[in-house]
Amino acid sequence: MKCARTVLKGWKDIPEGVTITEPGSSVQFDVSAWRTHKPVVDKAKCTKCGMCWLFCPESAIEIKEDGKYDANLTFCKGCGICDKVCAVKAITMVKEGKN
Amino acid sequence: MKRLSMSGNYAVAYAVKMADVDVVSAYPITPQTTIVERISDFVANGDLDADYVNVESEHSAMSACIGAAMTGARVFTATSSQGLAYMHELLLMASGLRTPIVMANVNRALSAPLNIWNDHGDAMAERDSGWIQLWASSAQEAFDTTIKAFKIAEDVRLPVMVNFDGFIVSHTYEPVMLIDEGDVKNYIPSKPMANRLSPKTAYSVGVVGPPEYYYEMKYQAIDAIERSRQRIREIDADFNKRFDKYYTDVDTFNLEGAEYALITMGAMTGSARVVAGELRKLGEKVGIISIRTYRPFPSDKLIEAVAGLKGLGIMDRATTPGGPSNPLFADVAACLYGEKERPVLQSFVAGIGGRDITAENFRSMLRATKEAAVSGRAAPCMYVGLRE
Repeated sequence: MKCARTVLKGWKDIPEGVTITEPGSSVQFDVSAWRTHKPVVDKAKCTKCGMCWLFCPESAIEIKEDGKYDANLTFCKGCGICDKVCAVKAITMVKEGKN
Repeated sequence: MKRLSMSGNYAVAYAVKMADVDVVSAYPITPQTTIVERISDFVANGDLDADYVNVESEHSAMSACIGAAMTGARVFTATSSQGLAYMHELLLMASGLRTPIVMANVNRALSAPLNIWNDHGDAMAERDSGWIQLWASSAQEAFDTTIKAFKIAEDVRLPVMVNFDGFIVSHTYEPVMLIDEGDVKNYIPSKPMANRLSPKTAYSVGVVGPPEYYYEMKYQAIDAIERSRQRIREIDADFNKRFDKYYTDVDTFNLEGAEYALITMGAMTGSARVVAGELRKLGEKVGIISIRTYRPFPSDKLIEAVAGLKGLGIMDRATTPGGPSNPLFADVAACLYGEKERPVLQSFVAGIGGRDITAENFRSMLRATKEAAVSGRAAPCMYVGLRE
C-alpha cells in the first residue's frame, strides 16, 4: 500500500464535528515521523513464518513478492514488536538518521 | 396563548413538551429535579412521545444525549451544580462533536460547603466548554428561552445551555404566557438533522485528532460559536416578531442619559432595575445592563451599550479564587480594553450560595460605582454582604 506524501487539510476542508466520512482514510496518513527506530529485515534469515505480520499493531508489515516480510515505513511507528517476536532474530531496530 | 401560574421549572418542562423532543436523559438534582420529574409525567401519561432514558449519573445522562443527538434526535437534559460539574468532560465532547443538545442548568452553588441554593459558579466553571450559554431571569423567560434554544442549537449545530437561578426562578410561581403548541411546532418543526448517524450514512465520529489535526478541528468549534453570535441575533429578532417578545443579547434599562450603570445576569436583574428606577426618580443618572447571551459574549453590543458611561459596576454571582478578577468582570474588562474611552470598572461579588441580594445591597453597589466614576479610580473587588 502506498501513501502519497500526506497533504494536511485546513480547518475549512475538514468534515464538521470530528467525523471521518471516508472509510479507510488512515492510509492517507503518514506516521513515519513518529518513529525513532525503524525495523530492518535480514532477508537471509527470514523464514516466512509471518509472526511479525501477525503481531504488528499497525498492519504495517507487508508480504513481499518473494514471500518474505518487510515493514511499510510510511505506517510503521517503530514500536519494535516485530523485532521482539521474530523467532530467528531477522529483524533489527535501527535508530533513524544513522544511515 | 394561555396564561398559567407555574414555577420556572414547570415552564421549562412545558417548553420541552411543546418542542416535541425525541429523547430525554437526565439525573435528578436539586433544584432542577422538578423539570425532569414533570417531563417523565408527560412521557408516562402519553402527552409526550419521547424516550426517557433513566441513567445512574449526569455523566451517563450527557453521554446518552450525545449519542441520541448524533442520530438526528431532538434531545433535552437538565441539571444543576454538582451534576453539571460531573458532566464536564462530556460537555466539551458535545460541543466538539457539534451535537445540538438543549440543557437547562438551574444555577446552584458548588460544594464545599454543600449548598443547594443559588449562585452562578456552576455555569461559570463551564464557560470554556464551547456551549452557547443563555440566561433567563424569570419563569416566562425560562420558557421562551428554552423554545428558542432548540432553534439556535439546530441552526448552528452547537449545544445550548439555558441558565436560570435556582429557587429564585426555578421554584417561584409566576404567571407564564404559554405559546400555543401549534405555533411552537411551526417555529421548530421536527426535521432530520444534517450529518446524522444512520445505517445508510455510516462514518466515524469522535475520532482521534493528532497534533496534525486537533488544532484545526478545535478551531471549527471556535468558528461555529463565533458565527452563532450573529445567528442568535437574527433568531432573537424573528422570535420577538413572531411572539411579540423583547429578547436581545444585551438588555439595557434606563441607559438614556445615564452616567453610570451596573451589569447583571439572571434573576438579580429585576431587583437591580427596581432599585435603579427608584434612584432615577431621585435624580441619579443610573442604568442597568444585563447579559442574556453570555457565550458567545456579545462584545460589540456591550461596547455600544456602555458608550458615554463614566462608571460601570460589574456584579459577579461567582468567584475566581486567586484570579485577577471574577469571571464576568474579566470578560467585560477584556471586551472594553481596546476602547479609547471607557468607563471606570468597579467589581462586585454578591449573592453567593443563595445569599439574598437586597435593595440596600444594590444601592451600596450603585453608590460605589458612582464614587468610582467621580474619582476616576475603582476600589478593589467588593464582597457585598460579607460578614467580617
